[in-house]
Amino acid sequence: MYDAGKILIGLVIFLLLLTFPFWYSLGQASYESPELQLPEDSQECIRDTEWMRKNHMQLLDDWRDTVVREGKSVYTGSEGKQYDMSLQKTCMDCHTSKKKFCDRCHNSASVEPYCWDCHVAPEEVANGQQ
Amino acid sequence: MNALYALIMVLALVIIPLLGAGAAGWHALFGVVLPYLAFTVFVLGFLYRVVKWGRSPVPFKIPTTGGQQESLPWIRQNRIDSPSTKTGTVIRMILEVLLFRSLFRNTRVRLFKDETQLSYGSSKFLWLGALAFHVSFFVILARHMRFFTEPVPALFNWIETLDGIMQVGVPVLFATEIVILLALAYLFLRRVLVPQLRYISLPTDYFALFLLFAIVISGILMRYFVRADIVDIKTLTMGLIQLQPEVPESIGALFYTHLFLVCSLLVYFPWSKLMHLGGVFLSPTRNMPNDNRMRRHVNPWNYPVKLHTYEEWEDEYRDKMKEAGIPVEKE
Repeated sequence: MYDAGKILIGLVIFLLLLTFPFWYSLGQASYESPELQLPEDSQECIRDTEWMRKNHMQLLDDWRDTVVREGKSVYTGSEGKQYDMSLQKTCMDCHTSKKKFCDRCHNSASVEPYCWDCHVAPEEVANGQQ
Repeated sequence: MNALYALIMVLALVIIPLLGAGAAGWHALFGVVLPYLAFTVFVLGFLYRVVKWGRSPVPFKIPTTGGQQESLPWIRQNRIDSPSTKTGTVIRMILEVLLFRSLFRNTRVRLFKDETQLSYGSSKFLWLGALAFHVSFFVILARHMRFFTEPVPALFNWIETLDGIMQVGVPVLFATEIVILLALAYLFLRRVLVPQLRYISLPTDYFALFLLFAIVISGILMRYFVRADIVDIKTLTMGLIQLQPEVPESIGALFYTHLFLVCSLLVYFPWSKLMHLGGVFLSPTRNMPNDNRMRRHVNPWNYPVKLHTYEEWEDEYRDKMKEAGIPVEKE
C-alpha cells in the first residue's frame, strides 16, 4: 500500500469515531428502561398509557395554546370525564414529582422540555429542592 | 426513466419492512439481525475500498491547479489553490473536506445575445445546496447519538439544543430537518430540470437522493406525526450497542422502515459514489502538492526494465560489424 502510514491513521480515526457508542458503553452497567414512580392514590390517567407515552408533549402544547389563546380550559378525556387543562393542577396533582416521573424518561432520552422554564414541580418545591 | 428506476427501487425498500416487520412481525430480524449485518458490511466494505485505493499507484503527479503556482520570487504564488508545500496542501485539503472549496469555484457557461456570445459565470447554488445537505446530515447523525449513548455526552445535547433553538412546537422542530429537505429537493430538481444534468444522471444518482429522502421523511413522520415511543426505541438501540439485543413489542412498523432504510444506506454506501466520504481524502488531484518542477515524481509501478545498451550490443557484435565494414565506436 502506498502512503500506508497516513491511510492507516485515517482509517483508525474513522473506525474509532464509527464505533464510539460501543467503546463508550464499555464498562457501564447494561441499559435499563427508566422506571417511573406511579401515583399511589389514583389509578387512571386522562388517556391510556400507550397514548400518553407517545403524545403527552403534543397534548400539553395544545393545552397551553387552548388555555392561553382561546381561554378554554376544560379537557374531555377518552372516558368522557372532564379535566382542567393545567400541567400543575391536573397532571402534577397525581404525578407530584418531576424528578421521579418526568425526568426519568426525559433524561434517558436526552430531552429537555422547556415546561420548567415557567412551571414548578410541586414535590420538589415542597422539599425545597427547586 | 432513470429517476423512475431509482424511485421503484426505493419504494421496494420501503415496502419490504412494512411487510416484514409490519405485517409478518419479524421484529428480531429487522431490529437486530439486519442492523448488525448492515453495520458489518459498511465497516468491512469501507475498509476494503480504502485499502484498494491505497494499493493503487498514482503514476503521475496530477494536482489540480486553481491559481498561480510557485515560480519566480517576484510572482505571487497562490499558496492554497496551488500549494507547493505540505502545509499548503493540508490547508487545501481541510478547506476541501469541510467547506467544499472546489465546488465553490463552480462556474456555469451561458450563451447570450441570440446565442452568439459565450460567458462563464460563477455559480454557487450547487455549493450551497451540497454544504447545506452535508452539514444537516452531520448534525442529524450527531443528534441520533442520544439513542446510542447512556449517559448522553453533553456535546450531543448542545448540538440538539442549538438545532432546536427556535422552539417551534413540541416536540421542538429541528432546523436541520427543514434544511435537509430543501437541500435534497434542490439536488434532485437540478438533476431533473437542467437538461445537461438530466442527460448524465444515472439511476444510482437518483437512488441515493431518494433513499435519503425516504430516510428523512420516515424520521420526520416518526417525530411529529405517527409518533414512536422513543424510550422503547432507546431500549432497542442500547441493546444493540451493548450486545444484549432486546426487542420491545410496542415498536411500530414505521420505526422498522426507518431503520431498514438506514441499513440499506449502510450496505449500499461502500459500493457506491457515496464513498466520496473516504475518497475525498485520497484524491490525487487534491492531496498532492503542486511541486512538479521541484521534485521528480517517480511512477511507483515503474517496472525494473532489463536494459541492453548500445555498448553491450556493440560488444556482442563487434567482430561481425567489422567484417561487414560497419563503423564501431570502440575498436
